[in-house]
Amino acid sequence: MKSLVCLKQVPDTETQIKVNPEGTGIVTEGIKHIINPYDEFSVEEALRLKEKFKEGEVVILAIGPDRATESIRTALAMGADRGIHVNDPAVNTADPFAVAQALAAAAKDVQYDVIFCGHRAIDDDFCEVGAMLAEFLGLPQVTLVTKVEVAADKKSAILERDIEGGKETVEVPLPCVVTSQKGLNEPRYASLPGIMKAKKKPIDAKNAAALGVSVEAKLQSKEYSMPPERKAGKKIEGLEPPDAAKQVVQALRNEAKII
Amino acid sequence: MDFTIPENLKLMVETVRRFVKQDLEPVSQQVEEEDFIPEELVRKMRELGLFGLSIPQEYGGLDIGALGECLVYEELSKTNACFRTRIGTNNGIGSQGIVMDGTKEQKEKYLPRIASGEWTSCFALSEPEAGSDAANIQTTAELKGDHWALNGLKHFITNGDVADMAVVFAVTDRKKRARGGITAFIVEKTFPGFYVGAIERKMGMRGSHTSELIFDNCLVPKENVVGGEPNVGRGFATAMKTLDKGRLTMGACALGAAQKLLELSVGYAKQRVQFGKPIAEFQAIQFMLADMATQIYASRQMLYHAAWLRDTKGTSVIKEASMVKVYCTEMANRVADMAVQVFGGMGYMKDLPVERFYRDLRLTRIYEGTSEIQRLVIARELLKE
Ligand SMILES: Cc1cc2nc3c(=O)[nH]c(=O)nc-3n(C[C@H](O)[C@H](O)[C@H](O)COP(=O)(O)OP(=O)(O)OC[C@H]3O[C@@H](n4cnc5c(N)ncnc54)[C@H](O)[C@@H]3O)c2cc1C
Repeated sequence: MKSLVCLKQVPDTETQIKVNPEGTGIVTEGIKHIINPYDEFSVEEALRLKEKFKEGEVVILAIGPDRATESIRTALAMGADRGIHVNDPAVNTADPFAVAQALAAAAKDVQYDVIFCGHRAIDDDFCEVGAMLAEFLGLPQVTLVTKVEVAADKKSAILERDIEGGKETVEVPLPCVVTSQKGLNEPRYASLPGIMKAKKKPIDAKNAAALGVSVEAKLQSKEYSMPPERKAGKKIEGLEPPDAAKQVVQALRNEAKII
Repeated sequence: MDFTIPENLKLMVETVRRFVKQDLEPVSQQVEEEDFIPEELVRKMRELGLFGLSIPQEYGGLDIGALGECLVYEELSKTNACFRTRIGTNNGIGSQGIVMDGTKEQKEKYLPRIASGEWTSCFALSEPEAGSDAANIQTTAELKGDHWALNGLKHFITNGDVADMAVVFAVTDRKKRARGGITAFIVEKTFPGFYVGAIERKMGMRGSHTSELIFDNCLVPKENVVGGEPNVGRGFATAMKTLDKGRLTMGACALGAAQKLLELSVGYAKQRVQFGKPIAEFQAIQFMLADMATQIYASRQMLYHAAWLRDTKGTSVIKEASMVKVYCTEMANRVADMAVQVFGGMGYMKDLPVERFYRDLRLTRIYEGTSEIQRLVIARELLKE
């Protein structure tokens, strides 16, 4: 069972995000980066499939600057076999369209039964790359997947996906693109022995030229800004409880307009 | 000067950080109350490879070096100290005698089990009459045919109750004692005449047990002398080398706990309001936080430097290791004291972890060589130079 896992490095969920003074992005200096949590579900699922079929390969494909190797290495430490690191300023910060183009180009040289993408990346939240990648490769796609059952002949899979208020079960021919949703699995840790082994696993570095693509971004970000600070709360003081309660109800009705 | 930490060590620290956050910290209070680590967590520690940090790779360990061990311990010490202690004896005092002085057969038999955590090992030197004065041990070993017969009582033995084996020190020549009369033995818990005695009632370190070990004509095969026949009488050197090696990691444990206490204190100071403002706005509180941070910074530099010396220069770091042990552990005790002060009454309550750190850290100035003994070592090295 061969899987290609697309993986993005994102700022740690615990990071205090700050916009840079030019307003062109966030301050990346000194912040911690992690594997996009949805991509971690993908890595885990790919490893489980390989373990279940007792053969195959898990290839990690990541786009990003030098520091992204750390995330690839972590996935290799979890048990993946090798990595492909597309590191090119033209792609690293490009829009989902360009990213999906580069991923599609890189995927051409890899054998796979399934391509996993996170259903979204927790930094820019576009939720687009998986779908675009499937289009570029002409593959069927199933999004928001929470359960994967691959048929013994690896020709098809039964997948469970989230829909509003419930689950949908679909059958899909392989190869296909799956986007991982929370609930798919509990990712394993990169164990310490795994980290030692990962040191020797290959990571293939590539730029856009090597992939033979010239990406064309469709979106340009104009400006980044912080959400407005929350306004201070309102305090009702110095009243007897019954009068205070009346004031609260009035405020909820007329000012907050929530009752 | 290059202060970068190698990538694989950074990844290991990250794994430990997540393990602490997701698995250990959520149950640290429960473990404190029940005085017991759930087996499920010990299993996870095995899977993560935490029992074999210091064991050579040819025997199934990771051998990540002094800096690696210190970084892992530092991170693991940011939660209940019993978790670190659970893996501590296998990585440190319970295995290093065999790693440094064991025969090939002993290494092949015991180290893979220690590294995987399948077996827990412990270190049995201390006795009621022999603490700092370790050479005064009373436990004896007498050769009877193919076996040594051990008789005596050890106390304060960390992980004694969960250990599958112990490195035990006994007198084989009463006249020579430390100068050729003490021998180290590998004792398996199934050897006849070996018993776990009382579990000691301690101030802290709940979840980690310290017990007596009783040797009543305990029969140990001749080949279980650490290092074999030629090492009969050389056990005291094994004990001292083992303790030397552990000193850096003890510093790392103290450092990790201190760092956690600083983070907790900063958080609390910003949020606790008295006299209409966060107590972080009072200079008295600010100065405590500044002192905590400064001393932690100093400790970290000396710890990493000494670990780097050991890893890269291979120099003997006896003096530096003792300096690290005494400075980092005393620093962490001062930090814990200040943390309790910043937290006020809440610092004294069992609802928050601060009082637990305060109690647990007190031990670091006592075991694996008291602060006074560290100063003796430092002075001895200084004066002989
Ligand atoms: C929780 C816990 C776990 C332990 N785990 C282990 C273990 O796994 N294995 C093991 O073998 N031991 C273990 N020990 C024992 C520990 O190493 C000893 O407690 C320690 O070495 C001190 O010995 P002592 O308690 O007999 O104190 P003592 O040696 O009696 O010391 C009492 C005081 O006198 C001071 N003192 C002693 N001699 C001198 C001197 N020459 N100059 C100046 N001051 C001096 C000491 O510093 C101390 O302040 C453990 C102890 C505890 C509390």
